[in-house]
Amino acid sequence: MKITLGAVSKPYTSLKMKTGDWGTHWPKVDEELCTGCGTCEMFCPDMCIEVVKVGEENGKEIKKAKVNYDYCKGCGICAEVCPTKAIKMELKDIYKVI
Amino acid sequence: MVRKVVRGFYAVAHAVKLCRPNVICAYPITPQTEIVENLAAMYANGELENCEYITAESEFGAASILVGASATGARTFTATCSQGLILMSEVLWNAAGMRLPIVMVIANRSLSAPLSIWNDHQDSMAMRDACIMQVYVENNQEAHDMIPQAYKIAENRDVMLPFMVCMDGYKLTHAYEPVDLLDQETVDKFLPPYDPPIKLTTKDPLTFGCYAPPHCYMEFRVVMQRAMERAKKVMEDVFEEWAGLTGRNWGGLIATDHMEDAEVAVVAMGSVVGLVRDVVEEMRKEGKKVGLVKIRSFRPFPVEDLRKALKDVERIVVFERAVSFGHEGPVAMELKSALFGHSDAKVYSFAVGLGGRDIPKQLVRKCIEKSEEIEPGFYFEGVKDFEEVIV
Ligand code: SF4
Ligand code: SF4
Repeated sequence: MKITLGAVSKPYTSLKMKTGDWGTHWPKVDEELCTGCGTCEMFCPDMCIEVVKVGEENGKEIKKAKVNYDYCKGCGICAEVCPTKAIKMELKDIYKVI
Repeated sequence: MVRKVVRGFYAVAHAVKLCRPNVICAYPITPQTEIVENLAAMYANGELENCEYITAESEFGAASILVGASATGARTFTATCSQGLILMSEVLWNAAGMRLPIVMVIANRSLSAPLSIWNDHQDSMAMRDACIMQVYVENNQEAHDMIPQAYKIAENRDVMLPFMVCMDGYKLTHAYEPVDLLDQETVDKFLPPYDPPIKLTTKDPLTFGCYAPPHCYMEFRVVMQRAMERAKKVMEDVFEEWAGLTGRNWGGLIATDHMEDAEVAVVAMGSVVGLVRDVVEEMRKEGKKVGLVKIRSFRPFPVEDLRKALKDVERIVVFERAVSFGHEGPVAMELKSALFGHSDAKVYSFAVGLGGRDIPKQLVRKCIEKSEEIEPGFYFEGVKDFEEVIV
């Protein structure tokens, strides 16, 4: 392992620094309800939601929100802003008390 | 070199100018303000070449601007104290972790509440654990001399850490003293331009102080501790070089008087050392085996030097200019941890002159003499009779 002076890192090093384990909740997208409007993508402070093409219908693209759980911090903003309430914040299994 | 009667502010500003800083950024706070006012005047008069003087909206802003400037490879300076230093602290911990050799003067002042603008060491002591070097000076000549040395130590590749030159507010900053002012040639010979090992440019983007998950965070802390340990040797070398260059030998990490055969050692930091030295001399003339230990570097803490200097004494009297509330005086705390297992000396810690309370010579003498009769421990001295009430 290399320890750099002043914790200096080159561009893209942060991709290796996964922060998805910080949160206690996951956002789960209900694809039935998601219209692909992109609001969550715009509001996510960690830029870890992307609206991606999942198929085509009558020559029109079908787009849905996809969460990158490697970097999602579980803040819940996406769930809050979604106009169709397509995102539910679920407690991660490791935090569940049985 | 020319001897002039100047105030502490000017002694610092003049030395900073000769170090050819590239970015000076500060926010005014008593009793520091006139340091940066002097520098602002020099800047306005065109005396500071290749330098930018930035007025910030707060101390937090000033420190942040210097972090950015230092990361680009600029030699940087600021001065602050008290609430201003505390406001900077979030940034300064980052500056240390980013290994930026920012040099700052702390015009030591008490902390609120209650509000006080007067002198003690509570402000810099609050930064004790931040991996920032701290040297306390006794007079304005030492403050003047410490500035080029601070840059040389901080910018050494083995160190690369921020540096605080701590000088007592009012007692030094506002005092007129004769100071042998350095000249440009001497400083240029001593202090080469800052050659940063790595720097931020628009062509080569970098992140300073990146995220370190648990699998690598500790290693960054290990290297910071190592840098502090290495700073001890670097300091000694730089201090020695300075003595050779200017003929002014301020000592090493500590400086001692009459410690060869001392039975009682008196330990102090900052401007009170001059007063303590007078008392020690007086007591020596009366045949009392008293010695003086002036701690110059509080961070890194001179563990080895103190063990050596204090190995044979029976009693140690520490003059504290701050309190670690809930425990005792911070100097005695560090001293005792350094001596544990190496000395059986009894340690007496006396907090004096908090919030600018006067420290008369008789009080210093009284504390030293009192230590013969009382239990080792922590005491406030020079306190009036009072009653605790609600309004
Ligand atoms: S929970 Fe927060 S971080 Fe995670 S995807 Fe939603 S907005 Fe982004
Ligand atoms: S805000 Fe809701 S509907 Fe819009 S893309 Fe995101 S999840 Fe889908």
